[in-house]
Amino acid sequence: MSTAPEKFVWTSENEKAAQAHIAKYPEGRQQSAVMPLLDLAQRQNGGHVTQEIMEYIADYLDMPAIRVQEVATFYTMYNHKPIGKHHVQVCGTTPCWLRGSDDIMKTCKSKLGIEKGQTTEDGMFTLSEVECAGACVNAPVVAIDDDYFEDLTPETMTELLEKLAKGEEVKAGPQIDRQNSAPFGGPTTLKGDKGEDA
Amino acid sequence: MLADKDRIFTNLYGFESPGIEAAMKRGDWDGTKEIIAKGKDWIIGEMKESGLRGRGGAGFPTGLKWSFMPKETDGRPSYLVINADEGEPGTCKDRDLMRHDPHKLIEGCLIAGFAMNAVAAYIYIRGEFFREAEALERAIKEAYDKGFIGKNACGTGYDFDVYVHRGAGAYICGEETALIESLEGKKGQPRLKPPFPANVGVWGCPTTVNNVESIAVAPTILRRGGAWFAGLGRPNNTGTKVFSISGHVNNPCNVEEEMGIPLKELIEKHAGGVRGGWDNLLAVIPGGSSVPVLPKEICDTVLMDFDSLREVQSGLGTAAVIVMDKSTDIVKAIARLSEFYKHESCGQCTPCREGTGWMWRVMERLVEGRAEKSEIDTLLDVTKQIEGHTICALGDAAAWPIQGLMRHFRHEVEARIDAYHAKAAE
Repeated sequence: MSTAPEKFVWTSENEKAAQAHIAKYPEGRQQSAVMPLLDLAQRQNGGHVTQEIMEYIADYLDMPAIRVQEVATFYTMYNHKPIGKHHVQVCGTTPCWLRGSDDIMKTCKSKLGIEKGQTTEDGMFTLSEVECAGACVNAPVVAIDDDYFEDLTPETMTELLEKLAKGEEVKAGPQIDRQNSAPFGGPTTLKGDKGEDA
Repeated sequence: MLADKDRIFTNLYGFESPGIEAAMKRGDWDGTKEIIAKGKDWIIGEMKESGLRGRGGAGFPTGLKWSFMPKETDGRPSYLVINADEGEPGTCKDRDLMRHDPHKLIEGCLIAGFAMNAVAAYIYIRGEFFREAEALERAIKEAYDKGFIGKNACGTGYDFDVYVHRGAGAYICGEETALIESLEGKKGQPRLKPPFPANVGVWGCPTTVNNVESIAVAPTILRRGGAWFAGLGRPNNTGTKVFSISGHVNNPCNVEEEMGIPLKELIEKHAGGVRGGWDNLLAVIPGGSSVPVLPKEICDTVLMDFDSLREVQSGLGTAAVIVMDKSTDIVKAIARLSEFYKHESCGQCTPCREGTGWMWRVMERLVEGRAEKSEIDTLLDVTKQIEGHTICALGDAAAWPIQGLMRHFRHEVEARIDAYHAKAAE
């Protein structure tokens, strides 16, 4: 039994957030808020935007619906169909590829039993390949939802997916013993003399 | 090697808190009011003297760029826009500056904004950097709470706001006019220049777009003097630079070093050397994916700065060093970059929209060797027809990696074609 889907309106919290976004831009330039509002709506809607949402935002910002649709289809982070609870985004660009992103992708495919662009039947995971995530010294990198998981191996990738499947806590950042982007084994600079003009 | 006392980003790795108290202990927000009191001409003069060239890739002199902004307003407000849309493959330095040393950027926004009469700064950060955007928002709030920005910023009588605007996944928005379009709530498609942003930028107002690192180094330059910064590196290639070293090295890392450091020294001192030793090196892309690849012979001696790398037909770009050892399929490495540019072309200009896809498809065949040798020249000819014939530099950026490959590794591509044909004849 299905009921008609509810009409999209901001939650009261998101209404406030939307107004805060609009307030960042000069008066009459509210169209500038279309990107943050699409992101906000996508989050409220569980991970994707719809025609109805785009029209709602167009009305909200007093701009033509086609302009919202143009933006929503130009940028890759807006999803136009439902995605899984976790969006696993494997970076496959050269710096990650040099450090084994093919193996990471293969691990994800076999562990999840899906191909790129698909969602698992239980709705837990969507798998995508993305272009350069911008964390190249921590390659290979996978973005899952809002976090980056770095310095991955097929083993740590498998472990990560297992934990997420069970709803367990996972730790973002490097998956090896390493301080962010510092060299493995410890920094070669900034080891003592922190002079500057302090 | 650069001494720690001359390093600007003392919390690059996030060993300490990025918060405002810790940042102030590291020297941020020290004497900001006095710097501003010295006036716009002094600030721009010091920046010019420092020799700082833009850290986003193009290397345009920062002080000069600031001086292009109108001195007197014609009624339109001026804006500073920070390009934090870091996405050039290999590059991940601004990420560290924003998550670990955000106050350097925010203080830089205030000072640069003051120097160009701007009313506000918009930091355009790539959408995927969600946590980094959160870190920036936290730091901005701290700066407002202390009265360092906002009304009467730092007690100077000058009002200045700083905002974060998140992108949503488009490499092209790193191009300054595409970024401006995106900030206006449109597709990120570059604009024709002129008019230049300093005359007509965001919302039709005078705008300067600067890279994160260019702005974040400004407060330290002004505290220590342009001459200090100019004394580091080499003439016309001054100062310090955050390098990202990725690929086949033992310890990939970000590190702040002196401009002009030999590439070999950079890799060996900070990144633990090439996997399997220096002699196992095949090639390096020295400045992010857009710049042409260099073979080992050149890497042996080349210096890491704008002019040295231009002399060897490559570029410093964003100083993102992508290292490839002898196990690398160099044709595939470059083909993957062609795929990247095909994916990221905004589709506005025909040579780029059609050309990036065409080049990628040919490159994919070259990976297998499934081609004729004459196609190499056809491909090079197409790169020349794209380069310089598009509104923005993405077309050039897609052409250069292929040109670099053929300049130095044409023999490898030809050998692969021979092998494919030999196998087919069996």
